[in-house]
Amino acid sequence: MSATPYKLAIAALGGQGGAVLTGWLIEIAEANGYFVQSTSVPGVAQRTGATLYYLEFFPRASPAGGGREPIMALMPVAGDVDCVVAAELIEAGRAMARGLVTPERTTLIASSHRELTIGERSTMGQAVSTGAELVEIARSQAKRFIMFDMADMAEERSSVISAVLLGAIAGSAVLPFRKDAFEAAIRKGGLAVATNLAAFEDAYQAASAGTVAVPKASSPAQLPGALPTDVKDPKLRVLLQRLRALPPGVQSLALEGVRRLIDYQDPRYAWLYLERLEHIAHLESAHAGATSDRPLTAATARALALWMSFEDPIRVADLKTRAARAAGVRTEVRALPGQLMNVTEFMKPRVAEIAGTLPVDVGRRLLNSAWASNLLGRLTGGRRVRSSTVSGFLMLRMIAGLRRWRRGTLRYEVENARIEHWLVQIQKTALSNLALAVEVARAQRLVKGYGDTHERGWRNFLKLMEQLEGLEGRTDGAAVLARLHEAALADEEGLALARELAANVVPHTASPTRTPAVNA
Amino acid sequence: MAERSFASEVLSLRLGEGEEFRGEGILAVTKALLQSGVAYVGGYQGAPISHLMDVLSDAQPVLDELGVHFEASANEATAAAMLAASINYPMRGAVTWKSTVGTNVAADALANLASAGVKGGALIILGEDYGEGASIMQERTHAFAMKSQMWLLDPKPNLPSIVRAVEQGFELSEASHTPVMLMLRIRACHVYGRFTAKANQRPAFSSADALAAPSRDYGRIILPPSTFAQEKQKITERLPAAQHFIASRGLNEFCGGDADVGIVLQGGLYNGVLRSLELLGCADAFGTSALPLYVLNVTYPLIPDEIVRFCAGKRAVLVIEEGQPDFIEQSICQTLHQQSGTTRIIGKEVLPMAGEYTGDVLKPGIEKFLERWAPALLQAQAPAARREATLVPSGKLAALVPQRPSGLCIGCPERPLFSAIKLVQRELGALHISSDIGCHSFATLPPFNMGNSIMGYGLGAAGASALTTHARGRAVAVMGDGGFWHNGLTSGIGNAVFNRQDAVTVIVDNGYSAATGGQDILSSRAPPKERNANQSILNAVKGIGVKWVKRVHTYDMRETLAVLREALTTGYDGPKVIIAEGECQLNRQRRVRPLFKKAVAQGERVVRERFGIDAALCTGDHSCIRLSGCPSLSLKENPDPLRTDPVAHVDNTCVGCGVCGEVAHAAVLCPSFYRADIIYNPNRWDRLLHAVRTAVIGALQRRAERRRLRFAL
Repeated sequence: MSATPYKLAIAALGGQGGAVLTGWLIEIAEANGYFVQSTSVPGVAQRTGATLYYLEFFPRASPAGGGREPIMALMPVAGDVDCVVAAELIEAGRAMARGLVTPERTTLIASSHRELTIGERSTMGQAVSTGAELVEIARSQAKRFIMFDMADMAEERSSVISAVLLGAIAGSAVLPFRKDAFEAAIRKGGLAVATNLAAFEDAYQAASAGTVAVPKASSPAQLPGALPTDVKDPKLRVLLQRLRALPPGVQSLALEGVRRLIDYQDPRYAWLYLERLEHIAHLESAHAGATSDRPLTAATARALALWMSFEDPIRVADLKTRAARAAGVRTEVRALPGQLMNVTEFMKPRVAEIAGTLPVDVGRRLLNSAWASNLLGRLTGGRRVRSSTVSGFLMLRMIAGLRRWRRGTLRYEVENARIEHWLVQIQKTALSNLALAVEVARAQRLVKGYGDTHERGWRNFLKLMEQLEGLEGRTDGAAVLARLHEAALADEEGLALARELAANVVPHTASPTRTPAVNA
Repeated sequence: MAERSFASEVLSLRLGEGEEFRGEGILAVTKALLQSGVAYVGGYQGAPISHLMDVLSDAQPVLDELGVHFEASANEATAAAMLAASINYPMRGAVTWKSTVGTNVAADALANLASAGVKGGALIILGEDYGEGASIMQERTHAFAMKSQMWLLDPKPNLPSIVRAVEQGFELSEASHTPVMLMLRIRACHVYGRFTAKANQRPAFSSADALAAPSRDYGRIILPPSTFAQEKQKITERLPAAQHFIASRGLNEFCGGDADVGIVLQGGLYNGVLRSLELLGCADAFGTSALPLYVLNVTYPLIPDEIVRFCAGKRAVLVIEEGQPDFIEQSICQTLHQQSGTTRIIGKEVLPMAGEYTGDVLKPGIEKFLERWAPALLQAQAPAARREATLVPSGKLAALVPQRPSGLCIGCPERPLFSAIKLVQRELGALHISSDIGCHSFATLPPFNMGNSIMGYGLGAAGASALTTHARGRAVAVMGDGGFWHNGLTSGIGNAVFNRQDAVTVIVDNGYSAATGGQDILSSRAPPKERNANQSILNAVKGIGVKWVKRVHTYDMRETLAVLREALTTGYDGPKVIIAEGECQLNRQRRVRPLFKKAVAQGERVVRERFGIDAALCTGDHSCIRLSGCPSLSLKENPDPLRTDPVAHVDNTCVGCGVCGEVAHAAVLCPSFYRADIIYNPNRWDRLLHAVRTAVIGALQRRAERRRLRFAL
């Protein structure tokens, strides 16, 4: 070390054990002849928020110091940090944004895992940052870059991330202390020594090998590959034949749709799905000419399958009573093998949902009768169904068994009419503006969830559909509808959608030079 | 019971002469008080001085041995008033709090104390909560020192200097009969360092001595004509005495080289300034500076002779003074002007008027000063250090980094309360919400985004006062139990009764002063034996005259929602108080977790509750997160290849508080939530039941599975 302290910053979240890690580092430094100073900002800022610990080290035996303790700073200066330890990927980014990581001198040790921020978690759609861009920047910004999933590693050893971070610091050899000095500090701490040492060792190995393990690429659930060559069941065989007749690019999507709808209802329902989809496919083929791209058919294949498998109490009960689900719960909550477990479901069917599960006439009469609705409203309320008991399970199985009468339920009638109307709109729009028709198909994404959420989504969907007439003739029609789609997902109160709608009331004459023509 | 145990820190309070103390700055202060023969200590918790209160709370045996009286004061005004003992008696006393908020609360008592003057050393230890990590409005304590004529110490941020400041502070106070404030910035409070300890001293004069021979002097009473005399004494006697002490004992430091430019700085900024000088090539790592430095370990009063002496022969002097207004710079300018000095004083001209002086602010400011006044120093020594690194622009990076604001902890009992307030607004329309200081302040942040103003600790109810006329709709005030006992009982609830306010106040009763570190308060359920707690908020509210008061358990959202609805719609037009109970989960887990582990190990039948979400049923709208925001409620990739939006997911940090299920019920959200009760050490009955259930359910499941297999494509 030169005649200036070694500087190390730890970027972490409140509750990740940054203070414990700092304590270990102090212990190690002092036991090995170093002056050390640390600072932090505890208090409310720490409650789940981003926080920074900062340490400086200097050898007592340094000839330059002559035994004197240097003046150590209480916070890092941009460009003057030797090592940044980030306990989460975005926090590594935050440290870089503060200028703490510089190519001349900074070793960046980061965990690649993500702890999502409240902003990412609370959107109505998808806003999760993978941090992939940050990783690329880190490669060029840091003198040395070490990264792996430290949360995962801690988890595997039933340890905590602070022990993994300590192992990574030791393994990176940024500090002039021997490995056993680090281990001694963990032992001296006296808490969870065995698991902490195991996690420390894993991290030590990974870091000393200079690991840069890119975060597990977000792997969206995979669509099925090619169509099966043959099936035994005759009902399925005809479905397979119809699937083969679809454009090759959409076959696997449609197969997934077919599987979903058989699972949801029966092969006949899947047949209806394919029939509907074929209409769209023919229409698009007529437009598409030579190209093999089928954006409209693909979008419809996806959206139609989701809409046709709308979430009614029958579906909910069915999914909650499957064997695979029970096994899934066990893994999810980490029940030990053989451990007994009870499961309670939180269901709150409203009058509308109950009426929806009844035959059309009965359901409608119920909804129209104020006193009957009131009575039922009082009887229903929050239901906690213990699905692991025989009675609770039987009740759910009974509801799931209503599947065979589903086509006669009020909800089915309503959804089916909506689906058919939507399909007509897609077809009508496709004749004049194919790109816009794709957006109409995609708009199904807004109609999701249960209860109030579902109603809000439906209202937003209708607002979008009201715009179709005005958008059909516009070259930027698809782009506008896509914008409205995103705005509808921007906030629950509908503020962004209202703003976006207000901005699009008057059809402006878009200059074709600015907006590429997307008409087919 | 505070969030942390300070058992090992308490041991370091017993260190004897010559032993090495290692630890945090604020704990070094605690030891320094005992070394100085302090007779009594009081204060109110708050970052960054909470640990001082916490460690003394845990250190009762040590204090008893020495005969030191310690109180966890009701509020900062109480603590400041405690210093009255030093007016009449040669007793050393110290109090502490978070500044400037606490100083504001204490201002009345402080002003009277300062006017009366003191016989025994009176030290006020202030955690200056300014800059990064601060949780309050940004102001300086400096103005209080000036307006009341108290002295302000701002020592270098290392343990020996801080300890020396405590010792010298008492002496200065006694020499000038004036209370002394010792200010420590956040990081100085939490800096880890070392100093050589001295033996603790028993107080030379104790409360027993005082009570045995009470002493009275009308000249110390805050009534005219004494007050007029006191005002003159401040200037004619106490100020000169203080300046003489500071100068003769060399409290401020002169160091560095002999260039014809120099720097005057607040002691607390010393390390930051030295680091900047080092990076600019004008100092080494050990504090040897090419530039002459005048370090103000006492920032009020200033010593005109020292200023003139330092500026003599210098073309320009940089004044480094954090925050605004620039009191020190103005004062130095005035002194030089009156002495016809020719030195040019530079300060806020190259450094920002407002905000924290971090290294990233100090370095360019000092560089600008040197470029203009001593470019030779800069160019001669620092070419390498000044090279600009090739960096990705921080703007581009910042855009990739989402904000991570503070929030309520996992399982926090305040979460369901704010979820309920959010839901009640959906029913009844938007509300005006007067917020308060405490963990519940986080409700003003995402995902709750509620609260229109925060006026101060315990002032939530008072902050709604003007909006409690019999108009349309009712305002809602939120107040924590900490704020309630701090002053809210009188300033908010009593005031509402007296003025017949048509108000709704929610008192969040989590059992602790949670935001400051979980300290005990008057209504804490299991207090240590040194305190008398377990007092009822309900009785206090009733006793002060509230007729409409209801108690709810926040985890029972249906009840909470019903009571909120009733309070907002009832025909009763007097003050309405809802006491929302739910124990702070941080404290609860600290208590419960070891017990659970022990029970499992001992073979007792215990049940662990955990929540989960069926990914197949979640449609990815995330309403549940917007209504609760629990950190354990996160997102994961949608397992459904047809869906693109990520699904909600309960991670393994879940403490099973039950809010997820309650929210899903109360908001009619979705049926994806389930609760798993995992049984440890099941009894025979459990096993039998399980066997029967598995047999029946398994058979039914296999039947359904066969059907699905038939149609597997």
